[in-house]
Amino acid sequence: MAKNKNASSAAVLPKGATLGGSRWKRLRQSCPWLVMLFPAVLVVFLFNYLPIYGVLIAFQDFMPGDQIIGPYTHWVGFDNFIRFFNDVQFWPLMKNTFLLCIIGFVIGFPLPIIIALALNALKGKRTAKVLQTIFTAPHFISLVVLVGMLTLFFGRYGLVNNIIAGIGGERVSYFLESSAFRPMYILSSNWQDFGWSAIIYIAALSNVDPGLHEAAILDGASRFQRVLHVDLPAIMPMVSVMLIMSIGGLMGVGYEKALLMQTDGNLGVSELIATYVYKQGLTGVPDQAYATAIGLFNSIINVVLLIIANTTSKKFSENSLF
Amino acid sequence: MPVKAQARSHTLMKSSMGDKVFYALNYLFLGLMALIILYPIYFIIIASISDPDAVLAGEVVLYPVKVTLSGFQKILERSDVWRGYLNTIIYTVLTVILSLIVTVPAGWALSRRTLLGKKFWMIYFIIPMFFGGGLIPFYNVMNSLHLVNTMWAVILPSILSVWNLFMTRTFFESSIPDGLVEAAKIDGAGEWRIFTSLVIPLSKAILAVMALYYAVGQWNSYFNAMIFLQDENLYPLQLVLKEILIASESTMGGSGETILEQYRLANQIKYVSVIVSSAPVICLYPFVQKYFAQGVMIGSLKG
Repeated sequence: MAKNKNASSAAVLPKGATLGGSRWKRLRQSCPWLVMLFPAVLVVFLFNYLPIYGVLIAFQDFMPGDQIIGPYTHWVGFDNFIRFFNDVQFWPLMKNTFLLCIIGFVIGFPLPIIIALALNALKGKRTAKVLQTIFTAPHFISLVVLVGMLTLFFGRYGLVNNIIAGIGGERVSYFLESSAFRPMYILSSNWQDFGWSAIIYIAALSNVDPGLHEAAILDGASRFQRVLHVDLPAIMPMVSVMLIMSIGGLMGVGYEKALLMQTDGNLGVSELIATYVYKQGLTGVPDQAYATAIGLFNSIINVVLLIIANTTSKKFSENSLF
Repeated sequence: MPVKAQARSHTLMKSSMGDKVFYALNYLFLGLMALIILYPIYFIIIASISDPDAVLAGEVVLYPVKVTLSGFQKILERSDVWRGYLNTIIYTVLTVILSLIVTVPAGWALSRRTLLGKKFWMIYFIIPMFFGGGLIPFYNVMNSLHLVNTMWAVILPSILSVWNLFMTRTFFESSIPDGLVEAAKIDGAGEWRIFTSLVIPLSKAILAVMALYYAVGQWNSYFNAMIFLQDENLYPLQLVLKEILIASESTMGGSGETILEQYRLANQIKYVSVIVSSAPVICLYPFVQKYFAQGVMIGSLKG
C-alpha cells in the first residue's frame, strides 16, 4: 500500500507540472510531511495490513510453513467456515461471547454516564477532583494483576470465602463455578474501568453553558431536574458516539482477560470465540486455517454490528461516526 | 426587577429542601463507589504486610495483623521477578521512544490541510481501527518477519496505536495556530525546522500524554509476550506475574488440606507481587493524572 502511494504521487508529478505550478507546488510542500508520515504508514502496513492479507488462509487448506499464494496453494472455498458452523462448539461459543458482551454492555455502558453526572453535580469541585482520581486509579492495574486479585479475593481461602465461612456458610471455589464466571468478569471490568470511561463524559459536561443552568434555576428546576434536563441532553451526542463505538467492538473485547480467568471448571461459559481461536491456532496441534476462519467470522460480525449501529444512529439522530 | 429577584430567591428556598436530599444521596452514592474502589486495594496492602497465617485465617480485614515484611524479603530473592522487572523497563523505554518518533511527526503531517492524499491516508489509518486480520495471520506475519522469540515482537507492534495517532493530530489541529506556522514560513523556516523548533516545544502536553499512554500500555501487557516469547529470560514482568498469581485452582487438585497448604505458601508472595508490580504505575498516577485526563479530552474534541 505504501508502495502504491509513492507510485501514484510520482505519476501525478509530470501532469501537475504541465497543468501549472499548483499541483507541483503542493507535492513539493507535502514532501517533508510524507516523510514524517512514512514510519507510521510502514508500521500499520506491517502489523495491520499484512495480517489482513494473511486472512486469505481462511479459504485454504493451509499448514504452517505454506506460502499464502504459491504454486501449491489449495483453495477450499468456505469449507473452514462450514466446518465451524457444524462444530459442536459453535453454539456454545456464540452464546458465551454474546451473553458476556451484552450483559457487560448493559451494566458497563450506563455506569460511567451516571458517575459523570453525579460527579458533575457535586458542589465541592475539590471533592469531585479527589473522587475522580480515586475512580480512575484501577484503570492502571494490569489484567494479570486484576485477575490475580480476583483469585485472591474469590479463591477458596480468600477474603470472600473467609467472610462466608465466618457467618457459617460453605466455602465455594468461585473460579471453578461456571455460574460465577460472568458476574466476576463483568463486575471486575466495571470496577476497573467505570472511572476511566467517565472522563470523556466529564469533559463534555464541563462544556455545558452555565446560562442553561441559570435559566433552569429561574424556572424553578431542582438540581436533580437540571441533571435530567440540562446535563444529560448536553452529553447525548457523546453518548451516541460512544454507543456506536462500543457496539462495534462488542464481540472483540476482553478475550485476554477471559483467557486468564479460564479454569477447567468454568470453561463451559468462559470459552469465547476469540479464546477458541487462540487455542485452535496457536496451541496444541495448530489448525491455522480453521482458526483464521473463525477469527474472520468474528471480525465480520463486528463490522456488521458497527455499520448497523451507525446507520441506526444516523437515522434517529444527527450523530454518527461516519 | 425586585419582584423577579424575590421570586428567584423564593424558588431557590423552595427547591433547596429537595436539593439537600439530592446532594446527600449523591454524596452517599459516590462515597460508596469510592469505598468499593479503595477497599480491595487497601486490603491487598494490609494483607501483604500481615502474617500469612492471619490472612488465611481471615483475621485481616480492616488493619494489618502481626506486621511482617517477610513477603517482600521473599520476593527480593526471586530472580525471575527482577529479570522480568528489568525486561519490562527495557521494553517500556524502547516502546515510548519509538512510539513518539512514529506517532508525533505522523500526527503533525496528518494535521496539515494541504497534505497530499490526506483523505487517502485518513482512510488508510481508520480501516485497521475496525477491521483486522485476526490473531493467526498476525502471528504468521511476526513469524515471517523473524520477530518471534525476540524482544522486538513485544515492542514493535505496540509502537503505533491509531487511536493515539488521531489524538495527536486533533491536538495539533486545535492548539497550534495557523498564523504562527505562516509567520515562521515567512521568516524562511522550512517544514522540518517548523516541526522541530516551533511545533515540538509547543506540544509538551501531547508528548507527555502519548509517552504515558504507550508506557502504561506496554507495562501492563502480557498477551503478545505470551504468544511470541518462548525464552524465559525475555519474559516481561506481567508474564512472570501470571505464573505467580494465576496458578489456576483446577491444577491444585487434591483435598482441602493440600490446597490450604499451597495457599499458605503462595498467597503472601501473591499479595506482595501485586504491590511490587503495580506500585510504579499507581504511585506515579496521581502526579500525572491530569495528563491522562487531558488525553481523553483531546480525543473527545473530535467526537
